[in-house]
Amino acid sequence: METFLQQLVNGLVLGSIYALIALGYTMVYGVLGIINFAHGEVLMIGALVSLTLIQGMMILTPLLPGWLILVLVLPITMAVCAALSYTIERVAYRPLRNAPRLAPLISAIGMSVLLQTIAMMVWSRDPLMYPQLLPSLPIQLFNSAVTITGKELIIIAVAFLVMCALLLLVERTRLGRAMRATAEQTQIAALMGVNPNRVISITFMLGGALAGLAGVMIATNYGNANFYMGFIPGLKAFTAAVLGGIGNIRGAMLGGLLLGLIESLGAGYIGDLTGGVLGSNYQDIFAFIVLIMVLVLRPSGLLGERISDRA
Amino acid sequence: MQALIQRFTLSQISVAVSAIILASLLGACGKSDKKTATAVPADATEVKIGHVAPLTGPIAHLGKDNENGARLAIEEINKTGLMIDGKKIFLTLVPEDDAEDPKTATQVAQKLVDTKVAAVVGHLNSGTSIPASKIYSDAGITQISPSATNPEYTKQGFKTTYRLVATDAQQGPALANYVTQKLQAKSVAIIDDATQYGKGLADEFEKTVKAAGLKIVAREASNNKATDFKAILTKIKGTKPDVIMYGGMDATGGPLAKQAKELGITAKIVGGDGMCTEKLADLAGDAVTNVTCSEAGMALSKMANGNDFQKRYKERFNTEVQIYSPFTYDAVYVLVDAMKRAKSTDVSKILLVMPDTQMNGLTGNIAFDKQGDLQHGVISLYEYKDKKKSVLDVVKM
Repeated sequence: METFLQQLVNGLVLGSIYALIALGYTMVYGVLGIINFAHGEVLMIGALVSLTLIQGMMILTPLLPGWLILVLVLPITMAVCAALSYTIERVAYRPLRNAPRLAPLISAIGMSVLLQTIAMMVWSRDPLMYPQLLPSLPIQLFNSAVTITGKELIIIAVAFLVMCALLLLVERTRLGRAMRATAEQTQIAALMGVNPNRVISITFMLGGALAGLAGVMIATNYGNANFYMGFIPGLKAFTAAVLGGIGNIRGAMLGGLLLGLIESLGAGYIGDLTGGVLGSNYQDIFAFIVLIMVLVLRPSGLLGERISDRA
Repeated sequence: MQALIQRFTLSQISVAVSAIILASLLGACGKSDKKTATAVPADATEVKIGHVAPLTGPIAHLGKDNENGARLAIEEINKTGLMIDGKKIFLTLVPEDDAEDPKTATQVAQKLVDTKVAAVVGHLNSGTSIPASKIYSDAGITQISPSATNPEYTKQGFKTTYRLVATDAQQGPALANYVTQKLQAKSVAIIDDATQYGKGLADEFEKTVKAAGLKIVAREASNNKATDFKAILTKIKGTKPDVIMYGGMDATGGPLAKQAKELGITAKIVGGDGMCTEKLADLAGDAVTNVTCSEAGMALSKMANGNDFQKRYKERFNTEVQIYSPFTYDAVYVLVDAMKRAKSTDVSKILLVMPDTQMNGLTGNIAFDKQGDLQHGVISLYEYKDKKKSVLDVVKM
């Protein structure tokens, strides 16, 4: 029972990380209908930029407490990632907006390889240590049945806060209404006085800022950062977004959490369930079996139909 | 929205995913950074030596370390000047990137064969050295791996396979003996990274601890790109082992040790040469004090000229020796020694004299047995003190 509870907590943490990335993915898809495969790389750049900033601050102001450094570094990182994301949209997506659907996908992949290579040249190919700025000592809960660290609690909280903020933005603000209008029919929205280019740019910048936030969170959690760190989480978050219904904010959150829980429980119990035939290195098959089942039975994802949430 | 979702079908997802995989492969092939080779002097004959290691991906830092070792040796030799059979020889390094991937490894191996290299130093991993060895064997090119420890590598009946480290058939038992005798452990949990190296080492370890009567409470596997080990570690925590053994590289071993500590696991963590790097101290954070690991060769600090090598390496590349660069350094010297004895730089003549190698290298005495394994392999055990590797013991096997 203790093991089961701990696996649930592990899944919740992992799921929150996936959800945080998936939220950025889903925002862009919702408005433009394209998959921004460079999202994972923006995340990676965010982590590395923040690492450089943190290293700088630790030298300049060594007396500041860790959490304060993180709070100061976070907005700068998010701004850098927003600018990067804006540039990517201008360079790689806008010229292709009326091209066949596969074209922006390919340019996204090209962007992703390019960013990885640049990061490798700038920050070297070594895995870099990311300072432990948030408390990482284990906290025992429920008669020490469950162990969780402070930084993991923060990650879960941040993921939920971001989801709520995005929902408020999309459903309650003028900008959100413009986003929904652009998503529904770009030309008509333009006729109604919405500037679609501006809305799309803002959406990309928001997505980029979220990727930056996710990058800092991931690097803080795992204590290291490197030039390839965006690829796998990006792929997993994409899966999570599709699982929940891509384009849907609540769906991204749900998909992320589900994927995290499935992976965690899968890794914990796959050996026992299959009598040792499959080991825990097959944990990913659970996630993808669920993904395939969802796509076959509900092609729009778990929450894909709720058009009103579309952002 | 509905329209968009319908357009976004399963087949498009599969196209997208396969496109990503293709792109990452292409990226891996295209990203190998080649330094412009120093010009060959007009009066000298150029002889190419291939080097393969992952220069991209999670253990790119180890690949670069290997390449640096070979580069240092080649630069030294060219500086002193090399004469073979009355002709002036200029060595050039042909660095390739196999991205730690068995398929890419065979592709770059073929590329090196086509480039007509005189011999190959590499690959770094067992999982890449083994598939590539078939290609070198077919072309009759000598292959010296500086770091592949899986016993299978030299057991394939090829005349071209050599290595400069001990095998996992020695490393596994050395670690196991440490666990049973020094740590007095009663139960162990074993995790590997599902690569030929990681699984091979874990299997050898398991065999010996089992024979010593220890209880194996869990045998788990992850993969060499994983970042989150909490699920596996949670399962292991429930079985309360005295020791956790990990077969894998530092890029995964570091986070694993760190996350074990975060889960409140106090069991000692032991691992093989793949995770036994200076970098592990960064990757594992404070948890590194709980790690003991082994190297399949002489410890750098115990090598007669180890300090001198370390100094020259640092001067040239402005970075620390990670682990196996002394062995790639020696591999180049073994090849040059063979050229001298063969009085030729011809591929087949080098191969012919390789079995008679008798050399006192940086890493110790180098002589091969019939298979191409080292005759006097040693295993070094390390622990971490003040975030630095420190030698615990050197075991002759």
